[in-house]
Amino acid sequence: MGGTSTETMKIKLKIWKQDGPSDQGHFIEHTAETVSPDMSFLEMMDVVNEDLVNSGKEPVEFDHDCREGICGSCNMVINGNPHGPDKATTTCQLHMRRFKDGDTVVVEPWRAKAFPVIKDLVVDRSAFDRIMQAGGYVSVSTGNAPDANAIPVPKVDADEAFMSAACIGCGACVAACKNASASLFVSAKISHLALLPQGQAERLERAHAMVTQMDEEGFGACTNTGACSATCPKEISLENIARMNRDFLKAGLQRRK
Amino acid sequence: MELFMRIMKSTIGGKTLVGITGLSFALFLVAHMAGIMLMFVSAEAYNKYGHALISNPAIYIAEAGLIVIFVAHLAKAIQLTIKNNQARPQKYHVAASGEKATTAVQKTLWAQGLLILVFVILHLNTFKFGTIYYVTYDGETIRDLHRLVIEVFQSPAYVGGYFVALLILGFHVKHGVASAFQTLGVNHPKYTPMLKTISLLYALVVVGGFIAQPVYVFLFHKGS
Repeated sequence: MGGTSTETMKIKLKIWKQDGPSDQGHFIEHTAETVSPDMSFLEMMDVVNEDLVNSGKEPVEFDHDCREGICGSCNMVINGNPHGPDKATTTCQLHMRRFKDGDTVVVEPWRAKAFPVIKDLVVDRSAFDRIMQAGGYVSVSTGNAPDANAIPVPKVDADEAFMSAACIGCGACVAACKNASASLFVSAKISHLALLPQGQAERLERAHAMVTQMDEEGFGACTNTGACSATCPKEISLENIARMNRDFLKAGLQRRK
Repeated sequence: MELFMRIMKSTIGGKTLVGITGLSFALFLVAHMAGIMLMFVSAEAYNKYGHALISNPAIYIAEAGLIVIFVAHLAKAIQLTIKNNQARPQKYHVAASGEKATTAVQKTLWAQGLLILVFVILHLNTFKFGTIYYVTYDGETIRDLHRLVIEVFQSPAYVGGYFVALLILGFHVKHGVASAFQTLGVNHPKYTPMLKTISLLYALVVVGGFIAQPVYVFLFHKGS
């Protein structure tokens, strides 16, 4: 970080407030008077909450944890863009220098039937947990970490698997998709095991179980628009979705039950 | 059959059906477009081609196949569109921008499909089930479809409507062809960019071919 800015900006905010899944919800308007361009978006939200509390109002609830772009908690749709306007960035890594003095910023939660709003900007993403529980694991005992090169994995496969495993499960793909489809998340989770030898035994059964759970949770279908991948803070590729489709169809044809 | 129904119930199975039927129809469009290009050869070649098609009993099987493909594509796509809408009961107040945005074409594929359906019905009504003129070549009397086509494309409204409908079809297939391959599991860093180019070329060639006919007739076949 090269020094700090002394100038501050005025940002007009429209933030979503909602008491729970059954509440209709509404926007509150608030002007943050002294926003430093060096603040992260979440720091700006902290200041807004301080203002709200000081004026006797209820603060805005939002999820956050690591604040270093790796946990996938800080989910907000900022001016229509999940995690804000930048590519490969989570909300916590978005900085206020990206905005101009006097800008109006609209903040909404992830909107999907499968992600009901718990409060304000906090949504319930346990649908993702249930999809993982359906098959996003290897069920044999794997013991300690094997010696390097004990299981041969070509470098390209290892890289591909790693890129898929980079998914932090934030749900921005669902938030960005016009159909609120979870295809990118589910396919990344299917792929990172499908690309490695340890994942082969349960490969098709896993694809079948996870996709079935995905459908049950009420996510939409994939229209291959690519908005998910463009929004993904980890830039997960659409190749994963094609791989998931292959494995799911193969599973459908091969399963005996 | 039970297996088929089970796969079809899933979103991926449904999309697979939409993809396969879409690609099948895309193949038909190439054949149809190539066939009517005979107009640029001669009225006789055009009429004889049409006659060869309808006088072959296999036409009924082909037509039934096309209807099944068209209806399956439409029905499954409508069903998925409804499910997709239900997946986001509350819409965003601000639309995404830049790379994170979804294009208008991608958002309105269902509407394009319905407009194409309307077009196909009008198109069949105008030509296949339209006025029947006759012409005699070498002693054989066959339908003079060429005359009807010339007649119909004198109307600026019809040519304009045709142009718009085909433009919509062009956008639909440009997304559809590349998208179908992705749905069917074909995605590879080497081939996917190629498939996207092929999809664009396909749309340009097929739609360009179809549009060429009304535009040609309207501009150069006045009052015949």
